[in-house]
Amino acid sequence: MTNEKETIVVIGNGMVGYKFCEKLVAKTDAYQIVVFGDEPRPAYDRVHLSEYFNGKTGDDLLMNTLEWYSDKKISLHLNDPVQEIDRHNKTVHSLKGITQSYDYLILATGSSAFVPDIPGVEKEGVFVYRTIEDLELISAYSKKAKNGAVMGGGLLGLEAAKALLDLGIQETHVIEFAPRLMPRQIDSAGSNMLQMKLRALGLQIHLNKSTALIAGDGKIEALNFTDDTTLPVDMLVISAGIRPRDELAKLAGLEVGTRGGIVVNEHMQTSDANIFAIGECALHSGMIYGLVAPGYEMAEVAISKIAGGDKQFTGFDMSTKLKLIGVDVASFGDPFINEPDCRTIALEDTSKGIYKRINISKDGKELLGGVLIGDAADYNMLLQTVKNKLALPPNPEDLILGARGGAVNEGAGVMSLPDDALICSCESVTKGDICCSVKEEGVTSLDGIKKCTKAGTGCGGCIPMVKDIITGAMKEQGMYVKNVLCEHFDYSRQELLDLIKMNNVRSYDEVLDHYGRGDGCEVCKPAVASILSSLWNDLIVKQQPIQDSNDRYLANIQKGGTYSVVPRIPGGEITPEKLIVIGQVAKKYNLYTKITGGQRIDLFGAHVNDLPNIWEELIDAGFESGHAYGKSLRTVKSCVGSTWCRFGLHDSVSFAIEVEDRYKGIRSPHKLKGGVSGCIRECAEAQAKDFGIIATEKGWNLYICGNGGSKPQHAQLLAADIDKETCIKYLDRFLMFYIKTADPLARTATWLNKMEGGMSYLKNVIINDSLGICEQLEEEIQGLIDTYHCEWAEVVRNPELRKRFSHFVNAPEEKDPTVAFAPMREQVKAKEW
Amino acid sequence: MEIELATDLKWILACSTLDVPENGGACIKHEDEQIAIFNFSRRNEWFATQNLCPHKQQMVLSRGMIGSTGDTCEPKVACPFHKKTFSLVTGECLSGDEEYEIKTYPVKVIGDKVYVGIRSTT
Ligand code: SRM
Ligand SMILES: Cc1cc2nc3c(=O)[nH]c(=O)nc-3n(C[C@H](O)[C@H](O)[C@H](O)COP(=O)(O)OP(=O)(O)OC[C@H]3O[C@@H](n4cnc5c(N)ncnc54)[C@H](O)[C@@H]3O)c2cc1C
Ligand code: SF4
Ligand code: FES
Repeated sequence: MTNEKETIVVIGNGMVGYKFCEKLVAKTDAYQIVVFGDEPRPAYDRVHLSEYFNGKTGDDLLMNTLEWYSDKKISLHLNDPVQEIDRHNKTVHSLKGITQSYDYLILATGSSAFVPDIPGVEKEGVFVYRTIEDLELISAYSKKAKNGAVMGGGLLGLEAAKALLDLGIQETHVIEFAPRLMPRQIDSAGSNMLQMKLRALGLQIHLNKSTALIAGDGKIEALNFTDDTTLPVDMLVISAGIRPRDELAKLAGLEVGTRGGIVVNEHMQTSDANIFAIGECALHSGMIYGLVAPGYEMAEVAISKIAGGDKQFTGFDMSTKLKLIGVDVASFGDPFINEPDCRTIALEDTSKGIYKRINISKDGKELLGGVLIGDAADYNMLLQTVKNKLALPPNPEDLILGARGGAVNEGAGVMSLPDDALICSCESVTKGDICCSVKEEGVTSLDGIKKCTKAGTGCGGCIPMVKDIITGAMKEQGMYVKNVLCEHFDYSRQELLDLIKMNNVRSYDEVLDHYGRGDGCEVCKPAVASILSSLWNDLIVKQQPIQDSNDRYLANIQKGGTYSVVPRIPGGEITPEKLIVIGQVAKKYNLYTKITGGQRIDLFGAHVNDLPNIWEELIDAGFESGHAYGKSLRTVKSCVGSTWCRFGLHDSVSFAIEVEDRYKGIRSPHKLKGGVSGCIRECAEAQAKDFGIIATEKGWNLYICGNGGSKPQHAQLLAADIDKETCIKYLDRFLMFYIKTADPLARTATWLNKMEGGMSYLKNVIINDSLGICEQLEEEIQGLIDTYHCEWAEVVRNPELRKRFSHFVNAPEEKDPTVAFAPMREQVKAKEW
Repeated sequence: MEIELATDLKWILACSTLDVPENGGACIKHEDEQIAIFNFSRRNEWFATQNLCPHKQQMVLSRGMIGSTGDTCEPKVACPFHKKTFSLVTGECLSGDEEYEIKTYPVKVIGDKVYVGIRSTT
């Protein structure tokens, strides 16, 4: 049957053969694709093979499902190895008897584990570590094994050894022929450190050992070495390197290397121009690449050649990071170059098990390579520094030591990389590709980026960097890193505040209709209520049902369902007349009284029905609401200051009262507290407050973003020796900026801790007006100050509002009969619940 | 919309529609029982439950915030004390404490009068 489409036959459905298909169908449907695979299942992720021992199944590891192949119209013959290539007729013959013609043939036969020619390798209990089937056999056999050994201390050997440990083998040995571990990747100092760490993991390591015989009767019992020593073992995993599967190519008369591998040119063509070889079976410039990323690159190059492009394979960086659990091992660039060809800086910390080495060009300008053991957190960035010849810091040792003392390195980071920096080498995704998906397609999640660029889907080593680039690109776009209110709103508090303000929305229902879904909940209702009052400062009881428990009744709900009453006592200063009124009211309504930690008086145990009456009496005596129930200004604590105190520099009480009166009633994301001390002895504990003011010889110091509570944090100095007016100006700006940008229920300290750039950024905004918004902030807060009202005064005057303060709507005079008190020290307390 | 199947269901006049704030609740007294009535005006629905929060035995559910959750928009009320939430339809606790459950009552509104269906316990 003739087919209009040209046919590409792929031999081998491993990682690279699969990737070839994936890349090809993504590019064009101009070819008919036929794949032959030797293994019983479609291609799987060999790189993460060991996760099979951590509970992943064969299906979890699949690169793609069978449906994918049929969707893409790829004919896939599994369990059917190709036996022969007929180059003359351009056909291949499979074991099951299929004869398939081809226009182009792709050899992606990979490699097999290299098994050295040692007597006894055929014995029961000797395994290799390459396929899922190998792992199944190892796993089954390990159940009866007490001790095991891995032959080969390279990358794969150590991974196999870790697997034996995970399988519960009590004694696991690693046998290495060379004088050190991972001889191809790391230097001997690094290897020593690695050995130390692996020993700590429970591995026994034998270097300079060459095995003469695998002893045992039918099944392995011991290893005999050439130095006449013996090690008894129940099982052995051989990991002595790989052997490219070039037998088919050899049979077909294609050129192969003397030590194996199908010879290819820079287009991945073999000695027959219609036949390509890619992946671990290909020998390019005398090199077999035993890693997946170069294989993927080869697939790309072969496709390009077939489709008439001119991509070339020019070798590949062999930097690696070992995923051996518990120990980071990485090498990058040229790890072995030595002085005098370079300058080497090494750090060795045997107590922590860390070894780091970097090789720097003699002029000190370029990073050439290095080794990291024990801590490879900087691997990605160092690798990028090598690859992109990034400028080094003035003290290159900072690269491995981190900046010490002084300012933390806020610099550079991933966003300083050039756009063509290769971030994911498995899938050859550049920084530019990722940024472009973020900025042009609006993809902002790691999963999204994985889907559209495939970055991070290979070995996964680049994932931290990909995340940083996503965030970085979002920030460059001015995008807000998503942080939604609840299931009813896809907006952050800040976004919602801007929307509500811009569109002049005044009620919760309108907000929900325009920007949300569903019927709201106990999370978004109070958050929106707070935004509405921060913007419009309407009387909150007008939208009573959306207010949080305490705001709803303008009082703090107590055990038993009664409420507390806290009149404002600015700065903690109170006249004897007012004290008397508080006493009389408390007596009349049978309230428990206590001095609070905020320098005022709390009256506890009021029935909801009594609240308006109590407040009526208090207001008549000149009190106003203390907003102890609100996410708003609580108290501005003061010390007595220069009016009486012999150390006092200025009048801290007057200043505290002035500030408390200025900001009272303003709703904010969380409660606000302040303090003013008359000197550095700090009796008002101002540095434990959201804002604290301390008198100095020359004026006042202003501190911001402190709190007590469960995670105490001291406030930080914003400005020193300023006058009152400047102090108020900065406070205005600070508070309004907080009100507009903080998350719901984030105190000022939490808000600052999350702020990019921290205090130096905030200082810049407030003092230097770096965002150009200070005038607006000042106007906005002035608007709130000008519309201040005592909400209790409004309720007391309004009969409709007063009616809401009843327990039974069908019996408004009656109090809740379940409320009960117990006597305590001449007063009462709530009944235990 | 309540279909009266049981003959032992007695409708009692609870309050006027104006007594219960829109999208909020209020408490009524029926003999020794406290019943929370919710005017879910956003959905044009009324609900009634016991006023007692089973968590700490507090007579406060009528003062709780109402809302909905999930794809089905299950209507719920959150207790003002510790914000445990309960379905207004089934009374089950939606915030993961299965042991708590509240009683719900049928409600009907005729004109500006709100009636609650009480099942006699004889
Ligand atoms: C009454 C009082 C205790 C006392 O008898 O002294 C008190 C009582 C309550 N505090 Fe407080 N706090 C009181 C001073 C403090 C202080 C001390 C201070 O202000 O100098 C602190 C530490 C300072 C701080 O806030 O940074 C304090 C840290 C908290 C916290 C933890 C805040 C945090 O950021 O971690 C909460 C929980 C919250 O707000 O979410 C809290 C919450 C509460 C609540 C409102 C819990 C509640 O929602 O029911 C208590 C209500 C009592 C009531 O019914 O009136 N209270 N609380 C104090 C009232 C001060 C006032 O006059 O308004
Ligand atoms: C345990 C382990 C851990 C590894 N960890 C890493 C790592 O961290 N990073 C990294 O980059 N690399 C790692 N590798 C290496 C990586 O898995 C290989 O580089 C990659 O799988 C090579 O892909 P490939 O397609 O060339 O070969 P393979 O994946 O071996 O696929 C070749 C396929 O061809 C089939 N085949 C052979 N001959 C025929 C035939 N005649 N007819 C039909 N089918 C045939 C084979 O059965 C096989 O399925 C690891 C390997 C192992 C075993
Ligand atoms: S410390 Fe705890 S118990 Fe004491 S008043 Fe504050 S919130 Fe209540
Ligand atoms: S008393 Fe209702 S949730 Fe605790």
